[in-house]
Amino acid sequence: MLDRLSFPQPWLSLTLFITWQFLSDGISGGSAVLGLILAWAIPQITQGFWPDPPAFIKAWRVPAYLLRVVWDIVIASVEVARLILSPRPARPAFVCYPLELEHPLAITILASTISLTPGTVSADVSDDNKLLLIHALDAEDDQTVIDTIKTRYEKPLLEMFQ
Amino acid sequence: MNPYAEFAICLLLIIGGAFTLIGAIGLARLPDFFTRLHGPTKATTVGVGAIVISSVIYFSTLGQGIGIEEFLITAFLFMTAPVSANFLAKAAMHLKVNTTENTRGHPWDQ
Repeated sequence: MLDRLSFPQPWLSLTLFITWQFLSDGISGGSAVLGLILAWAIPQITQGFWPDPPAFIKAWRVPAYLLRVVWDIVIASVEVARLILSPRPARPAFVCYPLELEHPLAITILASTISLTPGTVSADVSDDNKLLLIHALDAEDDQTVIDTIKTRYEKPLLEMFQ
Repeated sequence: MNPYAEFAICLLLIIGGAFTLIGAIGLARLPDFFTRLHGPTKATTVGVGAIVISSVIYFSTLGQGIGIEEFLITAFLFMTAPVSANFLAKAAMHLKVNTTENTRGHPWDQ
């Protein structure tokens, strides 16, 4: 009974509580109570879906990574926009990307990053978490796509999760 | 309102609108399902981003404090867009949706 009342993921609970305070109009008694209920209930309900937390995350590397991703989104958006407006047909390709990352959370972050940066969508992860299937909108050859992702996103994530 | 702020807001709104429009054009112009997936999930990332920033500038210059809500919208959008794109791609692969002829490689069997 007691562990039903606990917060299995304190950081998630804290994030949920603070987010709820921002979403509601100013902090009041009501929003604090509702925020507490949400901070308790959502981790309890979703507990089965969360992977084990990684041993150690180098959190100070996160801002640099986010800045790089935002910058790449802007640059790549312009490229995709240019491709859409140009008469040249796109050269789409399915690329199998060999993963070096092992932690499920790290793979999720990499896949989300790939989907957010224009020109590539991550479509699937193989059952043994070794391959990532990527659909590229305009790729001259597969190796360029793999190398770009490897150096720009996977290397920083590897450093972060080690 | 500060003329510089007004200029920045206009510029950001135009950029945001242009990218959203290009995303919609891409949805209509691109040849198959998988390439169409790129248009709306991508070009709109910058589109929504620019519109949200212009909204932040507008409400900050009105002196109502910095709009935390806008940043939350951006965060939620950036968290959910890859997931929905992934689900769409998986569903398309499961249904064996046809790809254009010049696509290299094959989707996996589901």
